[in-house]
Amino acid sequence: MTILSVRDLKVHFSTEDGVVKAVDGLSFDLAKGKTLGIVGESGSGKSVSNLAILGLHNPKTTTIGGEIRFNDQQLVGASEKAMQKLRGNGISMIFQDPLTSLSPYYTVGEQIAETYRRHTGATKKKAWARAVEMLKKVGIPQPERRAKQYPHEFSGGMRQRAMIAIALCCDPALLIADEPTTALDVTVQAQILDLLRELQSEFETAIILITHDMGVVAQMADDVLVMYAGRAVERGTVREVLKTPEHPYSWGLLSSIPHLGGDVDVPLVPVRGTPPSLIDPPTGCPFNPRCDYRDRVPDSRCTTERPLLAPADGHGSACHLAAADKKLIRTDELQRLG
Amino acid sequence: MLAFLVRRVIGALLILLVISAITFLLFFAVPGNEVAALSCGKSCTPALIDEIKRGLGLDQPIWQQYLTYLGGIFGGRMIGDKMCEAPCFGYSFVNRQPVFDTVVDRLPVTLSLAIGAVVLFLIFGVGLGMLAALRKGKAADKIAMGFALVGGSMQIYVLAPFFLYIFVYSSDLLPRPHYVSFFDSPLDWAGGLILPWICLALIHTAYYARLTRSSMVDVLNEDFIRTVRAKGLSTREVYVKHAFRGAMTPIATILGLDIATLFAGAIITETSFSLVGVGQLAVNSVLASDLPMMMGVVMLASSAVVVANIIVDVVYAAIDPRIKVTA
Repeated sequence: MTILSVRDLKVHFSTEDGVVKAVDGLSFDLAKGKTLGIVGESGSGKSVSNLAILGLHNPKTTTIGGEIRFNDQQLVGASEKAMQKLRGNGISMIFQDPLTSLSPYYTVGEQIAETYRRHTGATKKKAWARAVEMLKKVGIPQPERRAKQYPHEFSGGMRQRAMIAIALCCDPALLIADEPTTALDVTVQAQILDLLRELQSEFETAIILITHDMGVVAQMADDVLVMYAGRAVERGTVREVLKTPEHPYSWGLLSSIPHLGGDVDVPLVPVRGTPPSLIDPPTGCPFNPRCDYRDRVPDSRCTTERPLLAPADGHGSACHLAAADKKLIRTDELQRLG
Repeated sequence: MLAFLVRRVIGALLILLVISAITFLLFFAVPGNEVAALSCGKSCTPALIDEIKRGLGLDQPIWQQYLTYLGGIFGGRMIGDKMCEAPCFGYSFVNRQPVFDTVVDRLPVTLSLAIGAVVLFLIFGVGLGMLAALRKGKAADKIAMGFALVGGSMQIYVLAPFFLYIFVYSSDLLPRPHYVSFFDSPLDWAGGLILPWICLALIHTAYYARLTRSSMVDVLNEDFIRTVRAKGLSTREVYVKHAFRGAMTPIATILGLDIATLFAGAIITETSFSLVGVGQLAVNSVLASDLPMMMGVVMLASSAVVVANIIVDVVYAAIDPRIKVTA
């Protein structure tokens, strides 16, 4: 059952230098209890598209187009009141840095309880009990005592657990996790990911996981969306995208990851060049200035014609390369990686 | 918390001790016989001056005189043939009354003036600042900040005659400023002080509006505000409960100092409205070289600043749990 359906989403910011097309025609679906991993480098529109889902952009400088349907409710153009009802209740969000994302002025318990009260109208006592219950659920020891403490008294991992407790206290259908483990050290990362998975199966929450960490995607996601310059350039199941990637940018992302057990002398291959300007993007395929294979496409289509995500369903990519070419090059690339 | 308070109070007492020593030395910046001469005026003869010096203890070494002075503050002392009860800051050269009694007598005027002004400028200043932050970039913001610019550029000695002319002398809309004890008639108390309150508050309102707006804008840019919004809280909760809580620290800092300054006497305001408070006392004692009175007023003013600082520190800890009151 699809709970979130995004169609041709456009998020444009007006700045002094011109209109930034941060998201420019993004479409995807998400089913109940599933996890969608959105990957891409900084500035590819991952976070912006998700802030737009919650209506957390600055309305003065941002124009949003397209459709976002959440359980048959249209979110583009919905009133602030309607969005407030939805936030933290139907759709929750957790952020990258749990230290700065929690209010330093209130106890962790208060911050969970106020969310619960806001959406359920529960009494203070009930909301507090819920806060303690949630802290216990996210694996914080001595939750009664911890609920009375302030975020600065928590460690990084504990803070992210507290963020998750806030996000899940009203049992949302969708959780947007924006780089939830980036600011944490590796062992804590694994714990947080385990926790998310556990809670997901308990509550049947759908998750959008925004990350640039392919390892996290491999562990967590059912489906993957690779974003580049505000658009999806590849979409498929996690297996399809990681094992048989079709887009040159996906190859680039995958070859820039270090492999355990790989030869230490083999240098990592970064994606060369820098992300394109979103004010004045390259004509044709936005990836073409960084692409090693554009000469293999006849009639210089890469610089003149924007490729569309094809096929419309299942595993698809937005690239002009012929299917046979893709397969050939991919085999080369994967071999190079060992 | 208690240890913190004890430590701060001891520190405060030390500061006041140093201030008292410095002000005490003022006596000796003025040649001794002049001090004595001040207290007998035209009837001075060299013999009389010598007698007064002996009577005042001016023939003793400075440190001994200072100790006598300190002892008087805590235990009272004999001055001439009169017993000066503790806390004794000496007698005024001008009205021959104990300094302490005179200051205490003037204090209610100053406190009334300060309290009313503080209440007004906090309500309007913080209110306008919040409004401006909430409507940042819109008409309400520009009007509020325009008002703040004009108000902040005003001076009491411009506003006071202007307001007096409009509201008192040419229209009788408001009573002529005067002081009636709150305990005698609260209504007259407020009526007599309303104009000075408005004048004082107007100038401060402007400042507090700008301060509130800028701290609100700072806090609203912090990450946790995004979280609070993502939790679905109402706009009011986001602004008042969460953003304002963070914006309070700088406001509390400035407020503490302002209250201390106002308690020590709003000199120009009191003079402009002919209110006989501590500020006027300070001016008059300087003009009349009334040294004991000057010292008394200085000690009051510095105590107000020192106490305000301790209170501000305690308030900090109450606002921001990350600040621990242990230092």
